[in-house]
Amino acid sequence: MRKKILTVSAMAAVAALAFSGCSSTEEPASGGGGDGVKIDAPDLPIQEKLGDYEGEVNIVAWAGYVEDAWTEKFTADTGCVVNRRVAGTSDEMVQLVRTGDYDLLSASGDASLRLIAGGDVQPLNLDLIPHFGDDIAEGIKQQTYDWINGKTYGIPLGRGANILQYDSSVVTETPTSWDITWETDSPYAGKVIAYDAPIYIADAALYLMAHEPDLGIKNPYALDEDQLAAAIDLLKKQNGIVSEYWSDASAQITSFTGGTSVVGTSWEVLRKFTEDDKFKGVVPEEGATGWADAWMMAAKSKNPNCAYAWMDYASSPEVDGAIAMNFGMAPANTAFCDLNDEAKAHCDDYHAKDEAYFKNVWFWTTPVETCLDGRTDVTCTNFQQWTDAWLTVKG
Amino acid sequence: MKRRARLAGLLALPMLWLIGIYIFSLVMLLVTAFWKIDSFTGKVSPGFTLQNFQQLFINPSYLTTSLRTLGIALAVTAISIVVSVPLGIFMAKVASPWLRGLLAASITLPLWAGYLVKVLAMRVTFTEDGFVNWLLAPLGASGPGFGPLTVIITLTYLWLPYMAVPVYTAIRQLPPNLFDASADLGAGAWRTIGAVVLPLIRPAIIAGSIFTFSLSLGDYLVAKFVGKSTQMIGSVIAANITLNPPIAAAFALVPIAFVVIYLVGVQRTGALERM
Repeated sequence: MRKKILTVSAMAAVAALAFSGCSSTEEPASGGGGDGVKIDAPDLPIQEKLGDYEGEVNIVAWAGYVEDAWTEKFTADTGCVVNRRVAGTSDEMVQLVRTGDYDLLSASGDASLRLIAGGDVQPLNLDLIPHFGDDIAEGIKQQTYDWINGKTYGIPLGRGANILQYDSSVVTETPTSWDITWETDSPYAGKVIAYDAPIYIADAALYLMAHEPDLGIKNPYALDEDQLAAAIDLLKKQNGIVSEYWSDASAQITSFTGGTSVVGTSWEVLRKFTEDDKFKGVVPEEGATGWADAWMMAAKSKNPNCAYAWMDYASSPEVDGAIAMNFGMAPANTAFCDLNDEAKAHCDDYHAKDEAYFKNVWFWTTPVETCLDGRTDVTCTNFQQWTDAWLTVKG
Repeated sequence: MKRRARLAGLLALPMLWLIGIYIFSLVMLLVTAFWKIDSFTGKVSPGFTLQNFQQLFINPSYLTTSLRTLGIALAVTAISIVVSVPLGIFMAKVASPWLRGLLAASITLPLWAGYLVKVLAMRVTFTEDGFVNWLLAPLGASGPGFGPLTVIITLTYLWLPYMAVPVYTAIRQLPPNLFDASADLGAGAWRTIGAVVLPLIRPAIIAGSIFTFSLSLGDYLVAKFVGKSTQMIGSVIAANITLNPPIAAAFALVPIAFVVIYLVGVQRTGALERM
């Protein structure tokens, strides 16, 4: 009996190996080039006008974006009760929105394209959101990730850069380049911290953009197969000098405060939370990757009027500023900076109106086959390929 | 006839739970291993493709990760056995009753703390300015920091109670006249342990090893917090589950296969029958 089971399983294993050779390949789903980014997205209707408020709105957001301090006034004004669900990653957010139970989400650029192409979010009618207007910082208004096929899918919230954080008691001179985190001869080898997600490949590509121009990388999210391979090689080299990879905020903070890492990629808010002035942050000469978040509305939203009301409320200078101060990022609505001295100081710290600063910041966006730098002669690698390639970095 | 009906009635609810909820949901998860994923939107659609399994062979990381995880699980099991057997013998045969009680409480004490709390505690302990380095500094040495060794140490710390308790219980249940007989036949302490105790507690060791092996095989949070860049099967599945569920499901078959092979091997030794 046992022999029979073993023989059958062995034959099944051989059959599976044989069949794995003859499966079909996937067809790319996106459309061709042209100006800007045109992708195949379902043609969803745009809401024409506001109706009665439904009484509640369900939001998926990053921690710190939807807090009682400003939701209470919103509920008092509109009668819409705010139900908030905090998500840890963009991928979690995408999955939650696809359940159909939520109305809004605070989407980062690496989630938005997927949601738009999948028909999970609906295009927005800007007439219904009066606070979205002239005071929105220029650099955020029309980005490739939320101005697709000529429609607006997202209302900007705020933006920030992934800074190079360093322990100034060890790294005594202010770093001017990311090379201390990439090169194997770095004086801080073994104490470099890196981000634990496939989107970090863009940081490698950003470094190569400046240091290996022969590769021809123009946009760190538009990588053809050779450029992706070069970025992966750089990441594998970096794997040798890394102390650890972080995706959990508190783990990253303890890594710096515990001395395990002295330099690496970080967010302003995490630097603030180390509560130690010896940790400083800088955006080196090569620039940095970053993120710009936007409110997006689910296609099957059950409370569209409350959703529009929230987007309008959150775009107002006071609320947008409150969110930006809580999280530690540059607000989208620059009118906030003129409200009072504290606001002005915050805006200066986070470069809210400094477009020159953000010219060097490449916001997270989903890599797709249609090259985001406009090339039409090659097919760029998509996020699935990035995810597969990322696994080989750590071995 | 009536007895059969009663038996069926008693078993109905547990069987419903086991097959209907537990096995059915596992099967549904594994079925997604054959489904297609749209490379752009990331949406999963039912279908049939072996591309996910193909990817397991194409990308070398899957093989190295599987072997590394297997190695870590076996190391954790081995260390747990090496610690539990002498400890169990000491507690059952040598220790005084109050010391026995104290040790028994100490072994099971970690079970009172939450899993994540323990992992984070180990993280803080092994960090650069942490307890281990502080302890070893006067000796001129330093701790292992973060890495595969720390992963093994932490996993052993977490799962030791699951090995130590069955082993201790089994040793305690050994009839004392066996030890007398062994001494009468001229065997010393070590000979008795090797020839009498170990063969008799083998079922308990195997029962404990099933826990330490399979729990270590599926773990990934330990690797995430104390592993530096150690990648385990669970880390890869967790990384893929939101981005590419079909490949995560396909890779989930690997630890299942390992555990099935382990159990079949264990069954061949006949240990499961004598449990």
